[in-house]
Amino acid sequence: MVRAALKSLLARKLRLLLSGFAVVLGVAFVAGSLIFTDTLERSFEQIFDQTTPDVVVRPASTSAAAGSFTGADARTVPGDLVATLERVPGVARADGNVSSQGVYVVGTNGRVVGAGGAPGIAVNWNDAPAADGTQAVTVVEGRVPERAGEVAIDLKTAASAGYGVGDTVPLVSTGEQPQLSAELVGTVRFGSTGNLVGATLTVFETGAAQDLFLGGAEAFTDVAVTTEDDVGAAEVAESVAAVLPDGIEARVGEDVAEENQTAVQEGLGFFNTFLLVFAAVALVVGTFLILNTFTILVAQRTRELALFRALGASRRQVTGAVLLEALVTGVLAATTGLVLGFGLAQGLKALFGTIGLDLGQAGLVLRPQTALAAYVVGVVVTLIAAYVPARHAARVPPVAAMRDDVSVPTASLHRRSVTGAALIALGALGMALGLAGTGSGSTPALLVGLGVLGVFLGTAVLAPVIGPPVVRVLAAPYPRWFGSTGRLARENAQRNPRRTAATASALMIGLALVTAMSVLGASTSDSIDRLVDDGLEADYVVSNAVQVPFSTSVARDLAAVDGVDEVAAYRVGFGQVGGQDTFLAAFDSGPMLRAVTVEPATGDLDTLGDGTVLLSDDRAAVEGLAVGDTLELTLPAGTQELEVAGTFATNQFIGAPVVVSPETLEEGGVAPADNLVYVTRSPDADPEAVTAGLEEALTGLPTVTLKDQDAFAAEQRAPVNQLLAIVYALLGLAIVIAALGIVNTLALSVIERTREVGLLRAVGMSRRQLRTMVRLEAVVIAVLGALLGVALGLVFGISLQRALAGQGIEILSVPWGQLFLFLVAAGLVGVLAAVWPARRAARLDVLRAITTE
Amino acid sequence: MTTKPPPEPEQPATAARAVDLTKVYGSGETRVIALDGVSVDFPRGRFTAIMGPSGSGKSTLMHCMAALDEATSGTVVVGDVDLTGLGDRDLTRLRRDRVGFVFQAYNLVPTLTARENITLPLDIAGRRPDPTWFDHVVSILGLGDRLDHKPSELSGGQQQRVACARALVSRPEIVFADEPTGNLDSHSSAEVLSFLRRSVREYGQTVVMVTHDPVAASYADRVLFLADGRIVDEMAGPTAEAVLERMKHFDQASEVA
Repeated sequence: MVRAALKSLLARKLRLLLSGFAVVLGVAFVAGSLIFTDTLERSFEQIFDQTTPDVVVRPASTSAAAGSFTGADARTVPGDLVATLERVPGVARADGNVSSQGVYVVGTNGRVVGAGGAPGIAVNWNDAPAADGTQAVTVVEGRVPERAGEVAIDLKTAASAGYGVGDTVPLVSTGEQPQLSAELVGTVRFGSTGNLVGATLTVFETGAAQDLFLGGAEAFTDVAVTTEDDVGAAEVAESVAAVLPDGIEARVGEDVAEENQTAVQEGLGFFNTFLLVFAAVALVVGTFLILNTFTILVAQRTRELALFRALGASRRQVTGAVLLEALVTGVLAATTGLVLGFGLAQGLKALFGTIGLDLGQAGLVLRPQTALAAYVVGVVVTLIAAYVPARHAARVPPVAAMRDDVSVPTASLHRRSVTGAALIALGALGMALGLAGTGSGSTPALLVGLGVLGVFLGTAVLAPVIGPPVVRVLAAPYPRWFGSTGRLARENAQRNPRRTAATASALMIGLALVTAMSVLGASTSDSIDRLVDDGLEADYVVSNAVQVPFSTSVARDLAAVDGVDEVAAYRVGFGQVGGQDTFLAAFDSGPMLRAVTVEPATGDLDTLGDGTVLLSDDRAAVEGLAVGDTLELTLPAGTQELEVAGTFATNQFIGAPVVVSPETLEEGGVAPADNLVYVTRSPDADPEAVTAGLEEALTGLPTVTLKDQDAFAAEQRAPVNQLLAIVYALLGLAIVIAALGIVNTLALSVIERTREVGLLRAVGMSRRQLRTMVRLEAVVIAVLGALLGVALGLVFGISLQRALAGQGIEILSVPWGQLFLFLVAAGLVGVLAAVWPARRAARLDVLRAITTE
Repeated sequence: MTTKPPPEPEQPATAARAVDLTKVYGSGETRVIALDGVSVDFPRGRFTAIMGPSGSGKSTLMHCMAALDEATSGTVVVGDVDLTGLGDRDLTRLRRDRVGFVFQAYNLVPTLTARENITLPLDIAGRRPDPTWFDHVVSILGLGDRLDHKPSELSGGQQQRVACARALVSRPEIVFADEPTGNLDSHSSAEVLSFLRRSVREYGQTVVMVTHDPVAASYADRVLFLADGRIVDEMAGPTAEAVLERMKHFDQASEVA
């Protein structure tokens, strides 16, 4: 029996391939995203391991989640502490570090090296070993910088910037001096691989680094303590802690590396989820394809299965045989998917390389969990999809082995309607609850996801009921346009509503998601335009697309340009309120409130200053605070008590629920740097002259650009469109799988109808007519799926827009033209999908077709 | 070398019998009585042919006797097992262990070789074939050099001989053959029929064959004639001519009616 099942499977390799392909793609996505994120994590892990010493002495973190504050911490440890530390027993050496994350190299082409938000790391030179004994930075060519005005750059950055030793290198910095230049005296390698995950590295002499980043103070960002060989890090950390002044702590390097790693994992987790969602979509669509394939395989093999039953196979054995085929299909598909996943991860790596997150030569990481996930997903999905047809197979009566007219009994459409309607209702409920934000953490997103899945499944179950009337309408003009060929195509499409519906459902899912995204995208774009039109009072915006901070001197320089009435600088940061990370904005309220329109809710927004805070009305409600109450805000340097001066209606320009003054942020230990500057012209100034003056003030600062209102709106829309493009590409995969489903269904229908096709040919239908017939059937199936998909997608898209209305997507905009294009494209997909089955039908030998059983 | 026939099970003397068997299809206007109170014995070690015009109920009788289809009323006994009221599991086991089939359309599994097709019922039951008996059956059917071929590589006659081997290899209580020569030329037909007769004469196998070919029926020990769901006649030691003569009579009778 096992052998019979396997042989039957091998004899149908092509069908195995078609149904397996969907699983392959789904598994490849799962494996690819896991492999890629693991590889990313490994790269970061290496960086942390290679840079973290035995013991770190640094300004005390205000919370356990120290990782949240990486980068922006401007506090230092006193310079004379290094000598004190060296005298502590168990300490082999102590080295002071000066580091900054805002120094970028400007290439020979005038552009900043590295993009996409990766930091520009600057450090002072020292040769302290990391906990693993290796030296983080080693000189490859030239020498170490020895005085101010000298710099060393990592190999990759030097190569892509186009500099060699001896050249003068222009740099931009978020520090007090936005532009500087230094002589390149050496190139360095970071760690053993040189992999900085897209960041760039510049190395300065210690004194020069203190001048540049610490305002010339005799201090360090942190101190790396190396222990004697025979002493444990924890022990040394304890003895070191005893000599430290208040506000400075000693931490075991391994713990710090682990904390940083956890923070990175959290960041990457979001990305991983994003990719896995598409894997899930591909797999759900694939399930339909597999279900359909196995249903057809079972129907075709009714006689063979009946023979098994007549020869004494039990129902369980027949079900088992079909499930065994599914199992083998699943295992093979999962294996192929895993291999393909490697390719996908490699592709993702290359893709991220081009946008700045360069992983270099880092090898791909395959954890056992990834392989396990690939196999579990592949096999489970295939088995689930094959279960219904397998149960069906067991119902084939043995007497069917001897009679032609026995068909497999099927459940009634009535039960289907009830099940489908119930699933849709449950799904809609889940979506509604999720969109309303029920539950905490990731629960709402999960509710929405499950709700969408429920609606999809419900619609798919209902499709055989709602499909036929739609097909009848869609195919109604066929007889008029194509004569009897059209009539036959129309009838064929209605012949097996279940199969037509299941095939169309696969396409429905992809199109529903594409439609929902396009509605959401159009709504977002229009909302951005309206926001900029209504809310932006300033004439210019100075910023960059990825929100990399820049020196505060930029705002001062711009203010000095002739014809400029006022500038408003805006910066962002992170703090903690009640133990939760919170996004912060900081600005001087006077200029800012003139640059953009902000609706005050309560209190006086203008009075924001030292010791006060503004809250969005939503946040104030959540915290239960009103004007005059006190908010405890934790920043790197400690917790401050701030009085609520006012609340405002949630505003996209403010972009954060908590607003403080720039001084508050600096006192909290966050290095001063701006993210955005709004510039307003004097009413009587010549616009062109002012634009020219502003451009001139920004020359040599490639990190920022000057934009007028239109350009700013376009820049804000760009990421929406980019994201949409990525989402479309990923959903394209689901549509490819669905198209394969159409190919599969048609090919199998043609095989099933071999006799009939032969008869049609015998009575004089031409090959061309036959091909047209198959093609027309395919178009109806595809357009049915697309119609269902666009309808569902509209519902999803509109619900999402309504739910997100409070978060900036205020306008509903339905891109009707685009949706019409989707329908046309679906029809084309149908035509393409029909190419191969149609050719196959046309090539059938007439005589053999008639005599076949 | 002589091969011993399979041990003759002691009694009962009939391999299968039906008592007052009725089978009704459909209801109301479309109601069709396929079998109308048929009672019949199939003696052990005999070759019985069932004849009759299309729609006479001969196939239905065989399906019911072979536990492939359920009768509307009446009793079927195969060996010492009364089929009445048995569930699917017991019926399946009965088919597996006690019944062999030969079909008109051969019904070989196209993906399996001849050898695998022959042992399929044993594979399904999870038993191993008796190698001596297997070799013997294969050799008298002349399939020795065809065992590793797929059905598509065999002629119709060869395929039906494979089907015969499949029916006999598990030494069932009774073999049902449904128009086994319906798709074969006269030479291949003779081979298959001779084999079925030999399996009865030499090995004591019980064979029941549905046919409408008087020549095929002449290989049997006894012919039952069915018309309108009833047994209307029977003939022992038939010859092709005598059967044909009898059939003509029925055709005329049914034309008159």
